[in-house]
Amino acid sequence: MAERVLMKGNEAIAEAAIRAGCRHYFGYPITPQTEIAAYMAKKMPKIGGVFLQAESEIASINMVYGAAAAGMRVMTSSSSPGISLKAEGLSYIAGSDVPAFVVNVQRGGPGLGGIQPSQSDYFQATKGGGHGDYKMIVLAPASVQEMASLTIKGFNLADKYRMTAMILADGTIGQMMEPISFEDAEIEAYEKPWALTGTNCERKHNIVNSLYLQPDELEKKNFERYERYKIVEETEAMWEEYMMEDAELCVVAFGIASRVAKNAVAAARAEGIKVGLIRPITLWPFPTKALNAAADKVKGFISVELSMGQMIEDVRLATQCKRPVTLCNRCGGMIPSPDEVLESIRKAQKGEF
Amino acid sequence: MAVVFEKPKSLANVPLHYCPGCPHGIIHRLVAEALDELGIEGKAIGVAPVGCAVMAYDYFTCDMIEAAHGRAPAVATGIKRCRPENIVFTYQGDGDLASIGMAETVHSAARNENITVIFVNNAIYGMTGGQMAPTSLPGQVTQTSPYGRDVKHCGWPIKVCEMLATLEGPEYITRVAVNNVKNVNKAKKAIKKAFQNQIEGKGFSLVEVVSACPTNWGMTPQQALEWVESDMLPYYPIGVYKDRSAAKEEG
Amino acid sequence: MAKLTFQTDLCKGCGLCVNACPKGCLTIAADTINKKGYSPAVMAQPDKCIGCAFCATMCPDCIITVEK
Repeated sequence: MAERVLMKGNEAIAEAAIRAGCRHYFGYPITPQTEIAAYMAKKMPKIGGVFLQAESEIASINMVYGAAAAGMRVMTSSSSPGISLKAEGLSYIAGSDVPAFVVNVQRGGPGLGGIQPSQSDYFQATKGGGHGDYKMIVLAPASVQEMASLTIKGFNLADKYRMTAMILADGTIGQMMEPISFEDAEIEAYEKPWALTGTNCERKHNIVNSLYLQPDELEKKNFERYERYKIVEETEAMWEEYMMEDAELCVVAFGIASRVAKNAVAAARAEGIKVGLIRPITLWPFPTKALNAAADKVKGFISVELSMGQMIEDVRLATQCKRPVTLCNRCGGMIPSPDEVLESIRKAQKGEF
Repeated sequence: MAVVFEKPKSLANVPLHYCPGCPHGIIHRLVAEALDELGIEGKAIGVAPVGCAVMAYDYFTCDMIEAAHGRAPAVATGIKRCRPENIVFTYQGDGDLASIGMAETVHSAARNENITVIFVNNAIYGMTGGQMAPTSLPGQVTQTSPYGRDVKHCGWPIKVCEMLATLEGPEYITRVAVNNVKNVNKAKKAIKKAFQNQIEGKGFSLVEVVSACPTNWGMTPQQALEWVESDMLPYYPIGVYKDRSAAKEEG
Repeated sequence: MAKLTFQTDLCKGCGLCVNACPKGCLTIAADTINKKGYSPAVMAQPDKCIGCAFCATMCPDCIITVEK
């Protein structure tokens, strides 16, 4: 059995990134993700890597763009307001089809919001955030172990599909400590013939670019990109099902909310309520098939979120509104208690959606 | 007979999209000549800006990347930190470098990032049709300063070289012009030196090239070059603003 | 004696080479139009050309090759 170490969620991301072959980190300080930068600042110089504190989030994401175009495994991390600033770069990275790895340890918003945990960047992460038609692979860890394993997975997926993989975590998982192991660190290597390496006067020049002034060319690029996204949707969706075999109600929750929800589901089961949990691990691609299949079995869904209700829209879309969906939420940095979720389950059991 | 002047091989043999008489083509050529003469075309990675030179990625035969508006020095930083053995340069205009990208410019200079920055200052936003730039002269008429740049209303033009030269970080900060043969030849030397500095690992080298925009200035190409001499250069004097290595040698 | 070769189809007729020439060798061929729709620069007085390459130095489209 692999060695288990006690780590903070944010540090687990940093260590996993290094194990995934990331040797370049560009960031800008913001709470509550700063442990990632601090870890990188300490480690990178000792392993021949680069840690660079940029002058802004905008500069750091553009450094990521440059490094990614140069063919390197590279990352940045930030929290909600910082991700808004990075949105420009994320759009260019998508438009140029280069792989990048980005972490958002979410805090409450909008605006400067707060520094307590939140999931209110769901729309920003899954629907775009920057301008133009594009997607990012969005991974939602619910434990410190997953902070690590989804980081390694994220680097692999980013390279595989030449797109951004984002860890959408929250302040709670970022800050909490749990024992983890790195035993399943499997690094996939992909050829990068498009990378900027210098032509060495041996090949035609590579151009990394998102500008297509001819509308038919731009359309073609977008169509091609969405063909790739379709493959991601069909093959890369990940989710966990808990007590769903005989469930008559389905709770849907990700990240820290899913841990609260799991406790509530167990408590409801103790009361004899047949309820289960579907926990999306990838928010994009969303586990549409799992939810749609569940909609044929259960009488309703409860979306538990640390936001004003964002994922709930995808739950409705995935289930094609076949069953009612209700929201159990707290926001602004507040986390629902298991009792609050249990109360929502009880109501749903009575048909109150 | 021997060839004494021809197109450098680092400049692709394709039509340039620039307006007639636009000195961007001259400056492109000077960069390409530097790449050729230093034998670094195969190692070079260029960063194109947003602005008139946005399609520079088609014109240089080395590897190229297109950056978001103003972000070229950050993109160049990312590349250079990954591939220090490569030669990384940006090619940026005044709006890109001195307005929206000022933070990236100043901080890459402060870090003494080992990159070469070619800064084309023609005192106007060309690509978008002639709006006021951070370097538009006091009184200069543009689409967005139709009554002339009123410094009381919108401030003074920024002298990039003078400002950057106050920083400890950068290696080499110089201003040249391309308004006549003599100045073009001087500009070539400065650009070559800016690349040579990078080869030698000396750090951040920026060459401001005072240029012209005949189309948006509403002048003939020749008149525009004359306006560079009469109006631009008095405000933006040619000269070396910082050269750390030379200063050291002089003791 | 020097020889200039123009990539005439890439010329935009800006005239900067004409102004740069110290010997007045070049002119804009007002009666000709190239593929791009411009009246291109041409050598008018080849005998006077000294091969100084001032024209090529100022040509923004890099269309002049100079041999000497």
